[in-house]
Amino acid sequence: MLSKKQARAFFLGGTLVTFLVFIGLTIFSFSKEQDQTNYEGITEQVIRGKQIWEANNCMGCHTILGEGAYYAPELTKVIDRRGEGYVKAVLMTPNAWAPNGRKMVAYGFSEEEAMDVIAFFDWIGGIDLNGFDRVVSPLAKDEKSIDNN
Amino acid sequence: MGFARIGLDGLHDFIPFNTARAVHTNLLVVWLLSGFMGAAYYIIPEEAQRELVNVKLAYVQLISLALVGVAAIVGYHFNWWEGRKFLEIPRQLDFLVVANVLLFLGLILTTLFKGKRKTTTALVLSMGLLFAALLYLPGMLPFDSQVTDSFFRWWVVHLWVEGVWELIMGGILSFLLIKLTGVDREVIEKWLYVIVGLTFLSGVLGTGHHYYYIGVNKIWLVVGGIFSALEPLAFLAMALFAVNMYRKGEKKHPNKIALFWTLGSAIVSFVGAGLLGFAHTLPQTNLYTHGTLVTAMHGHLAFWGAYAMIVLAIISYSLPNMTGRKLYDGVRGRLAFWTSNIGMIGMTVAFGVAGVAQVYLERKFKMDFMAVQEEISIHFVVLILCASLFTIGIIAYIIDFIKHGRPNDEALEKIDA
Repeated sequence: MLSKKQARAFFLGGTLVTFLVFIGLTIFSFSKEQDQTNYEGITEQVIRGKQIWEANNCMGCHTILGEGAYYAPELTKVIDRRGEGYVKAVLMTPNAWAPNGRKMVAYGFSEEEAMDVIAFFDWIGGIDLNGFDRVVSPLAKDEKSIDNN
Repeated sequence: MGFARIGLDGLHDFIPFNTARAVHTNLLVVWLLSGFMGAAYYIIPEEAQRELVNVKLAYVQLISLALVGVAAIVGYHFNWWEGRKFLEIPRQLDFLVVANVLLFLGLILTTLFKGKRKTTTALVLSMGLLFAALLYLPGMLPFDSQVTDSFFRWWVVHLWVEGVWELIMGGILSFLLIKLTGVDREVIEKWLYVIVGLTFLSGVLGTGHHYYYIGVNKIWLVVGGIFSALEPLAFLAMALFAVNMYRKGEKKHPNKIALFWTLGSAIVSFVGAGLLGFAHTLPQTNLYTHGTLVTAMHGHLAFWGAYAMIVLAIISYSLPNMTGRKLYDGVRGRLAFWTSNIGMIGMTVAFGVAGVAQVYLERKFKMDFMAVQEEISIHFVVLILCASLFTIGIIAYIIDFIKHGRPNDEALEKIDA
């Protein structure tokens, strides 16, 4: 039967090995050749957009890259789905936006701020998400064709 | 928040959903951390067989933590936050939290090392607390890329709840089992090593399940998939361990309520964290469930079972010892246990049904987000009903806590003597 000493060795050994593998995989994932995000494409404008995104806790309602609060729509590829004009209007409106009854805070951003956020969404939209992008985005295209009818 | 989901969002102008949600999750985290810290302040001196090195500083630490918490919650209502899921608190307050936790760790670790004995239970608990503090730091690194930001945010969030917090939970659980069942310490602590060993073996690389679809290499689909599938084993071991030790135990400790919560925690955490977690960590499933209410289903029962219940267990165990009021069993105590658990399971089912419906309608049939939300709003009515039941249970617990929370004469005399 397992002794306490062996049990401790299992704990310490297992932890050390998995942690080292984890660090190794992390370094591998962020090596330049493995980049799926178009990291070079992050402009000053995209960074400003990300700051606005965080300063207003947009993730507290929406999701992006599938992460957030599930209260408001996923915003990965939102520009593909809705177009720049629509998104800009939502961001700049001084009145609470409430499609289908669920309200969004009226942020009333300036045109520059709205464009920053759009640049952020554009950059997000270009990320290779291992297939999740295809789950989110065709749905948009279908909607557009319905709208046009 | 449930009300907002069924269209009753009269508070929107004052407390929009993102504020309510940040308050909801952050209060939970602060409450649990306070619970862990309180448990450590109780368990470490008892295990080390010496008084806490400095009780006054411990009060300073508690009060300052509470003040930072209140400042953060008030701040959220004025749009002062960082907007990163679970780690919303503003950067300036982050530094205060770090200082606060350093003070806490200083107190605990000096007590441990100056103590007469260093038990495995105390070491595992302290290790969990130390690693939890260290892992807070990756969450404070600034990144320009949303992907990198998210990647390291999970170092905090995942490695906390599916790693080092399980050490803390394991430590508290083993302390309670030693006290409540009377099974030999050596046996319990041996299994504690096996459990925390399984936790890290599966949990560290299991972090990969957060990396499937956020824009990093596909290798995580394989690594995360395999190791996440192993994660329920740690919780299964925990549940089997608790139940077996209870069966083996010869000593019948009179504190039934503490025993309920202890065993309950081990079992519900297996269902909520282990099974329901596994239900959506296979990459093939997660491709569709990622970013839906399915996650909320798992999150609620997991946090309740693994962490909230263990904190309630240690409170139920330690309170009578500290106050001298022998609250070991009682109708209100049992009512609190059963109604809160049934309520929470009901809520989990409601989230689950809503989540699965959402996956099919939105992700498979490609319906519009809000159209789907209207379809599933009925499940939030159920959710509110179950949440009310849950609240009744918690209120009953709080009434017991207040009624029995002040030391009686017997306990005070002991201190004087």
